[in-house]
Amino acid sequence: MSAILEIKNVVKKFISEKKEVLAVDNVNFYVEHNEFLSIVGPSGCGKSTLLRMIAGLETPTSGEILMEGKEIKGPGAERGMVFQQYTLLPWRTVLDNVAIGLEIKGIPKKERYEISRKFIKMIGLEGFEDSYPYELSGGMQQRVAIGRTLANDPKIVLMDEPFGALDAQTRTILQNELLKIWNKDKKTVLFVTHSVDEAIYLSDRVIIMTARPGRIKDVIPIDLDRPRERNSMEFIEYKKKIVDKLKDEVLKTYNMNNYSI
Amino acid sequence: MNILKKIIMPLLGLLLWELLAKWLNNPVIIPPVESVINILMNPQTSVLGTGNLIENTLISIKRVISGFIIAGIIGIPLGIFMGYFSTIMDLFDTFIELLRPIPPLAWVPLALAWFGIGETSMLFIIFIGAFFPILLNTIAGVKSVPKILIESIETLGAKEKDILLKIILPASSPSILTGLRIGAGIAWMCVVAAEMLPGSSSGLGYLIMYSYSLGRMDIVVASMIIIGMIGLILDRGLKYLENRYFKWKSLTK
Ligand SMILES: Nc1ncnc2c1ncn2[C@@H]1O[C@H](COP(=O)(O)OP(=O)(O)O)[C@@H](O)[C@H]1O
Ligand SMILES: [Mg+2]
Repeated sequence: MSAILEIKNVVKKFISEKKEVLAVDNVNFYVEHNEFLSIVGPSGCGKSTLLRMIAGLETPTSGEILMEGKEIKGPGAERGMVFQQYTLLPWRTVLDNVAIGLEIKGIPKKERYEISRKFIKMIGLEGFEDSYPYELSGGMQQRVAIGRTLANDPKIVLMDEPFGALDAQTRTILQNELLKIWNKDKKTVLFVTHSVDEAIYLSDRVIIMTARPGRIKDVIPIDLDRPRERNSMEFIEYKKKIVDKLKDEVLKTYNMNNYSI
Repeated sequence: MNILKKIIMPLLGLLLWELLAKWLNNPVIIPPVESVINILMNPQTSVLGTGNLIENTLISIKRVISGFIIAGIIGIPLGIFMGYFSTIMDLFDTFIELLRPIPPLAWVPLALAWFGIGETSMLFIIFIGAFFPILLNTIAGVKSVPKILIESIETLGAKEKDILLKIILPASSPSILTGLRIGAGIAWMCVVAAEMLPGSSSGLGYLIMYSYSLGRMDIVVASMIIIGMIGLILDRGLKYLENRYFKWKSLTK
């Protein structure tokens, strides 16, 4: 295995007229080919910022990000992203939303619809092909966004708390679907979540970030066979370990926020 | 019950009008209802030797459509580029802000000087009237496109062209159509005014002025009613398109 993505000494400062926010402070890590890597950390610690830099939507203040050895310059289809916010195009049906990446690539209508239907089935929205986003619940919209990214067949999938808006049951189903695709299509996934349970269930490794400014506190490899059993001793051990490390950071965020109020 | 509420005032107005006409008994001030209706019911009969009502209406409509189309062809692309590229915005913004408050009719002398008496001057006035609402609504539409929508398709491989055609244009279409609707309304008002200018010899505006000079207020009022109805149809038609094709706009939170 070799690194598909390398993040080297990456710093991100947001500078506005009034103040400077150091969002990401000297972060180093790599993602291997076909790896499932998760990032957990208190809210506001710079997880989204980090993902956006990898997607090419923000430029690091310093440091560099390499994709297959080449420095990234702006967004590209090989780094697909599922956003934390709702990002479907409201004037397009579910089918046309899922197909848009293929449409941009110039794939003929019949073929791109065929591919898109497969992914709509996968996200469990068969029968909703002709619905508009406003006819769907938030969770359903997020599933369409996931289908849209996966249908575009990126080399690495960046996912920013994609299951945050879903109920527990749907969440579990989609976690398993995601693992299936990851396994079958040899994808690489970089997954941000606030659920430690989800991170352990899905990942080869879990990165724990500190409270703002975001640094890497620890990287925990999860040595468990899949499918994983959430009630197993080992699973619970991992959970304890990661939650412990996170707790300090969450407290720091809490104190920081209190202080600023 | 609702229909009754809607038509009761117009009916009362009509009644009042008829009573006043009877009482004053002076058709140069208030023409009797039935002579106006008579003109409206026979739009194919030539009035005052200047062609019939239908012909004059069509001439006015044709002028509005021509000026309006030119305004759209220039206003929509310019608005999209101004809204999307800040350099273009900076280049044109002050200029447009200065020209925008000038009423279309204030351009009449310049139009006459540049294009002479005739069609071109009228088209120019209509163009000016329709252009600014189209341009400004297009700009507003482009500016209101959520950045995250653009970013999300950039991560799917979209380039500038895709962003413009697949995000900016469809996302701002409802606003552009609103601009077209407002622009069409103003263009319609402008054509009537432009046709009243010296040298004009056809159209509803001309018909109104000519009938006035002959004291034929019944024709004046009949023409006014046609102008009102066409303006209403134009507005309702474009509103219908907005509701039909851009339902997503009002239904998306
Ligand atoms: N565009 C921006 N301008 C200024 N500050 C920002 C911007 N984006 C994020 N931030 C700040 O950077 C920090 C990290 O934000 P974010 O990456 O969204 O955190 P997370 O996703 O971990 O919750 C926060 O303090 C946030 O307010
Ligand atoms: Mg976030």
